Amino acid sequence: MLDFPRWKQAWYWFITLACVVAAVPSLMSTGNLSWPSFLPRPMVNLGLDLAGGSHILLEADATQVARQRIENMEESVRARLRLAEPRIRIGDISSSGGRLTFMVEDPAQVDAAREQILPLTSGAGLTGQRDWDIRVVDGNRFILTPTSAGINQAIDAAMETATEVVRKRIDAVGTREPTIIRQGSARIVVQVPGLDDPQALKELIGKTAKLEFKLVDTTASANDIAQGIAPPGSEIVPYADPQEGGGVQAIAVKRLGGIKGDQLTNAQQAFDQNNTPVVSITFDQQGGAKFAKLTSENVNRPFAIILDGKVLSAPNINEPILGGSAQISGSFTVETANQLAIALRSGALPVDLKVVEERTVGPDLGADSIEKGLIAMLVGTVALMTFIIVTYGRFGIYACIALILNVLMILGVMAVANTTLTLPGIAGFVLTIGAAVDANVLINERIREERAKGRRVVQAVEMGYKEASRAIFDANITNVIAAVLMFLFGSGPVRGFAVVLMIGIITSVFAAVTMTRMWVANWLRRTRPADINL
Amino acid sequence: MKLLKLVPDNTNIHFLRWQWPFFIVNILAMAASLVLVFTSGLNLGVDFVGGQMIRVTFERSAEAPVGELRESVGALGYGEPIIQTFGKPNEVSIRMKLPEGSESKPELSDAMAKKITATIREKHADARIDGVDSVSGKVSGELFTTGMLALGLAMIGISIYIWVRFEWQFGVGALFALVQDVLLTIGMFALTQMEFDLNIVAALLTLIGYSLNDKIVVYDRIRENLKKYRRMPIPELLDLSVNETLSRTIVTSLSMLITLVALLLLGPDVIFGFTAAITLGIFIGTYSSIFMSAPILIWLKVSSSSFVPQESDIDRQERLARGQS
Repeated sequence: MLDFPRWKQAWYWFITLACVVAAVPSLMSTGNLSWPSFLPRPMVNLGLDLAGGSHILLEADATQVARQRIENMEESVRARLRLAEPRIRIGDISSSGGRLTFMVEDPAQVDAAREQILPLTSGAGLTGQRDWDIRVVDGNRFILTPTSAGINQAIDAAMETATEVVRKRIDAVGTREPTIIRQGSARIVVQVPGLDDPQALKELIGKTAKLEFKLVDTTASANDIAQGIAPPGSEIVPYADPQEGGGVQAIAVKRLGGIKGDQLTNAQQAFDQNNTPVVSITFDQQGGAKFAKLTSENVNRPFAIILDGKVLSAPNINEPILGGSAQISGSFTVETANQLAIALRSGALPVDLKVVEERTVGPDLGADSIEKGLIAMLVGTVALMTFIIVTYGRFGIYACIALILNVLMILGVMAVANTTLTLPGIAGFVLTIGAAVDANVLINERIREERAKGRRVVQAVEMGYKEASRAIFDANITNVIAAVLMFLFGSGPVRGFAVVLMIGIITSVFAAVTMTRMWVANWLRRTRPADINL
Repeated sequence: MKLLKLVPDNTNIHFLRWQWPFFIVNILAMAASLVLVFTSGLNLGVDFVGGQMIRVTFERSAEAPVGELRESVGALGYGEPIIQTFGKPNEVSIRMKLPEGSESKPELSDAMAKKITATIREKHADARIDGVDSVSGKVSGELFTTGMLALGLAMIGISIYIWVRFEWQFGVGALFALVQDVLLTIGMFALTQMEFDLNIVAALLTLIGYSLNDKIVVYDRIRENLKKYRRMPIPELLDLSVNETLSRTIVTSLSMLITLVALLLLGPDVIFGFTAAITLGIFIGTYSSIFMSAPILIWLKVSSSSFVPQESDIDRQERLARGQS
């Protein structure tokens, strides 16, 4: 018991002091002391509930991804069979009901059609499954069904892109230190600290920004449009702002022959000749060529600029636009034009994202909570220390020193591990302080008992530490089980609490058992008391 | 210096003499909790039922104008708000159901939040909007499921651990005591109608962990005594073990309570419910450690035969020193 080699003592002190030193920058952040800049500067991050900010959970519509996939397949199949040599004619095409069906007009070409379609599919996942299932029924009817592995792969790819797009958009606004993480299969968590009003940010993130240019079908009568009846080959698209259409709610546009606005190199907010805000866009080479072709073939006809399924404006094509750049007008303010420009620059979202959970905390509340948390911690600690010293005397003083070291060590480990301190985390701190003395209580009570049984001082102390250790170990394991489950199943703030608990369990055993044992041993060896006051 | 001893040396209270009265009280309390949960119900927060919660502090008022808020927010046409103060009387949470159709159009719930905060700011210059939480029905359903799953897994996982480390009777005893702790705490939430949200589930998980500390210390001592006094009748042995650890149980629980009360009175108001749940749980857990976890071992017929007696090195040295063989 009394045998504590030098190197062991030095090693324990080294661990303790390393943890404590790591806690210093986090403590100093409240004051104005300077930390040498050449040293690493571990800091405890403050959670959103302490720093203030927004937590936004976005969810993608998985069925939309599946639908989009079938539509894209339809386009590819049409193009491929049209270009086949000899051309394969198909009819009765339908892409509803979660699958694509069509009829090959000449039954003799079924095999040739299959040859053509097969390269459009590919392997998906690790099981060797393909992403599409091709069947032929009734001799010449093709049924193409996306497999679940194929859909999952598509969702995965869409989410990957969506996360990247969201990141670009938030970076473009210049918000500091956002956290953007994909969660589960179809969700994205966005956390932005220190944001008072997340409204603008949400609008920006939520914008799908799918830009299309389609020709207006001028043959449709106003009456038909009002009733939602479109001429064959056209569709009805509503105006984003009916004022732009001169009071008309919607117009008919041709489904085919338009171009998509995804091939852009730049998008900027600008002003037109009337000094109203517009968005000026620049196509890349390929997009520019397509745009030039569309505008040269349709001079003096109106075309609709459509964003996310709503018509922004439907200007007349006065002359071919060959330079590869264009202006989008449509009842913008400087702000909304700027927002659209950012959205277009960062690319369109491959899938719509909806906010399913949002939590915003004002910055004042967080500062308030930290202050109150610190006061509660201070008062609680002082009261507890008084109680422990009154109960255990010298052994209580050791327990209290261990307690202070424990708090600093938790902070230090949190800083080095770059974890986040949340509001429940502060409660975790206070609770850990209360619970950490439990180990010392167990030990000291045991020493009392052993002394009462008549054991000599050194033996009683040794028995106390030895016998109590078993219960301390078991008790802490159960706490670890609870904390791990909390971490696995909890949301942000609760996770912060679990982290403090877990770190606290480890450091408290070290400080309350190992360190106090060393101090007690040193004291016993030095003074060899015949009796102890406990 | 004379040291404080909360429990005098050689205390010997016959807890087990009252095992049946206490058992009946325990069963009645648990039944009452269940009845309360099913009749008056839990005041579930937006985490679990979905909806919108706006927290407001009225910085220059002693009390929040709850009645006036209920009227003015209710008049906006989004339905009746649930308004509660928490922590301090000048801090309120206003809970609303999300507007119809907001699942497909999230802007509707944004508009609602905007309108409510504008209405409050207009009438009360000192109103500070501390936070807005919007949780859709889908997410709240998931949060509820995972929360309950975590609670269930924690109780079962800890019981299995005890079973492995001790004997099956101890595992069952721990599980029973834990169910009692959780049930009584939830019952208190049904009684007081304090808001029950995700933080409270975390509090329940915490108190499961700490309440078990107590039980483990008692069980550890019972195991030790079972090896030591192989002929002592079980009820007597259990009483001895509970008494021997009583001082530690009381001192530890008091230490936790000292810090928790500081947190409750001086700490951040937002986590008042969270702290209250843990504080309550420490009381209930201490009670169940003393009156529940030991008696249950009698009913489960624990015996010393499952433990091989072991003599510690020090005991052997002392025995040899006394010249006994």
